[in-house]
Amino acid sequence: MASEFAVEMRDVVKRFVTPEGNEIAAVDHVTMQIKNGEFFSMLGSSGCGKTTSLRMIAGFEWPSDGEVYIEGKPMGHTPPYQRKVNTVFQSYALFQHMSVYQNIAFGLEMEGAGADEIKKRVGRALEMVQLTGMERRKPRQLSGGQQQRVAVARALVKTPDVLLLDEPLGALDLKLRKEMQLELKALQQQLGITFIYVTHDQEEALTMSDRIAVMSKGRVQQLATPVEIYERPVNKFVADFIGESNFLEGTIKALSAKEASVFIPALNAEVKGMPMSPSLVNGEEVVVSIRPEKLRIVDGPAKGEGLFKARVVNSVYIGSDTHVYLDVHGIRLKVMEQNRISRLDPSSFYVKEQEITIYLMPENTLVLKKE
Amino acid sequence: MLQRLRENKSAQGTLLALPTTLWLFVLLIIPLVLTLVVSFGKRSPDGDVIYTFTLDNYVRLIGYSTDCPNGQAACFDPLYVNILVRSLTLAFNTTVLVIAMAYPLAYFIARAHPKRRNLFLFMVLIPLWTNFVIRVYAWMMLLRKEGAINVVIGWFADLLNLPFTPLEMLYTPGAVLVGMVYEFLPFMILPIYTSLEKIDNSLYEAAADLGANALKTFFRVTLPLSMPGVVAGTILVFIPVMGTFIVSDILGGRQVILVGNLIQRQFLDARDPTFGSAASLILMVMTLIVTYFYTRKFGFGEEIVAA
Repeated sequence: MASEFAVEMRDVVKRFVTPEGNEIAAVDHVTMQIKNGEFFSMLGSSGCGKTTSLRMIAGFEWPSDGEVYIEGKPMGHTPPYQRKVNTVFQSYALFQHMSVYQNIAFGLEMEGAGADEIKKRVGRALEMVQLTGMERRKPRQLSGGQQQRVAVARALVKTPDVLLLDEPLGALDLKLRKEMQLELKALQQQLGITFIYVTHDQEEALTMSDRIAVMSKGRVQQLATPVEIYERPVNKFVADFIGESNFLEGTIKALSAKEASVFIPALNAEVKGMPMSPSLVNGEEVVVSIRPEKLRIVDGPAKGEGLFKARVVNSVYIGSDTHVYLDVHGIRLKVMEQNRISRLDPSSFYVKEQEITIYLMPENTLVLKKE
Repeated sequence: MLQRLRENKSAQGTLLALPTTLWLFVLLIIPLVLTLVVSFGKRSPDGDVIYTFTLDNYVRLIGYSTDCPNGQAACFDPLYVNILVRSLTLAFNTTVLVIAMAYPLAYFIARAHPKRRNLFLFMVLIPLWTNFVIRVYAWMMLLRKEGAINVVIGWFADLLNLPFTPLEMLYTPGAVLVGMVYEFLPFMILPIYTSLEKIDNSLYEAAADLGANALKTFFRVTLPLSMPGVVAGTILVFIPVMGTFIVSDILGGRQVILVGNLIQRQFLDARDPTFGSAASLILMVMTLIVTYFYTRKFGFGEEIVAA
């Protein structure tokens, strides 16, 4: 492999004209480098530019500006059939008039491979996705999960440098989706090729990816590992989009290289030693992000560092967890408590209007720029 | 009674199918049986049907005769067989030409911007607003000796100082073929368009992704997936062309006689309904046989439906 990066997007812009005649940038100056052998996800809600980016890598669309590089080579207007990438489509796009075998063999026939080689490679691909024996079925005779496997086998049989997956599990039910997530991840590790995976499901992205690009409005908001994205979101959008977060407004009173002290009016207190995102200045108005599972309800009075009084607004039991909604000086906070002890007694749960104490550990928060 | 009907699904089905069944029985089954009976009959000297059982009409159609001009025991006159063969050939040629013209157009419409598709389809349908016979007459105006085509060619010939004798286009097999192709084109465009339009764009992308260029994509993906439309269109074109007599009557004159003309003349001019009935049944059987083998080879298209 010639290049360190399997795929590189340099300052790529894709503009479309809407039916009303307005020009919009579906992808707006996106730069990202996807390493060889990496499981890379593009995560965002619909219209964030993730699918358009993927389609530009595949060659179905060409950038309006900027350049896509595959294995270090600029792609320009190279058609899809001359790129060493293959795609697993959201709708699978299986050829209904062909059998499973013919679907998988199609790409090899296009390469001009010999009959023996095709047979061998299709056989191996079927084995890989555990569909041996299904050769003669038509796609319509398969379940959704099986069709999905055929789509994966059809793309992988071409031994691409990069496999592009466009929400491949979107049509499957939750349980099958989770199984397929692990299977795809295992397949990627076993083959060692680069996967670029587009999804709107954050849990899916967190489960499978080595790195994630969180996208919104055509731009990359953050590109980092799952842990970094969850624990150190760079802005309020990412903190809000990935998982859940409580946001408290405040003003920076003092700051060091990586930590800030912020006065939070809702708590009527200055909280010291909170991690912060870079490029914040003293006196700046900020938001403090606190994950619901990182807030704790504790016994005893609200006296001492990091302890605050709150009132229960609602408590929702959802099996594995209990979600407790609190009111702190007119501000809503959500706390997630794991139900680690089996209990039935109603009095052991929080009730409305109950006064409780919460504990906020500064290292479990994050100070972000106010937008 | 009503209560019981409400509970009985199969009785409901029967009731719903009843009007059409009656309609078909009165207007299709009974006439067919009558035609069959008449075809075995004999024509009386004043043009009535004598009901009997004779195969004379069918023997005459084949052209077999024991009453030969030069005293042979048996001879063969291919007059009617030639008409049948001509009709089959014309129907085949028309269908092939119509497919060749309709497919690219249907493809163009199916790939056009969704906003424009309806306009194009509308344009395909506009000719159908005019009466079938009038449209055929219009071709007569175009094709005849003093017709528009000859006039235009004449102008150019004058302009270039070339000698020009008007072309004899009307009353030729070519004129009938042109007329047939023109009349039946929309019936091929629409079904092909429908099946092309159903093909999801991602299938074209998948083919490109897997290494197929435009030509390979067309022959391996587009064409097989649009075959149901081609099959439906073929049935819609081939069968009527086999039976129609108006086009050949107006554009073919006495020169191009098809089975349709033969049948029409037996009933109206020759006043021989028995021979006309036999010819009708032979036409029907021939059409059925061709359609049977065609659909057995290509199916009705239900096995290959685009995703």
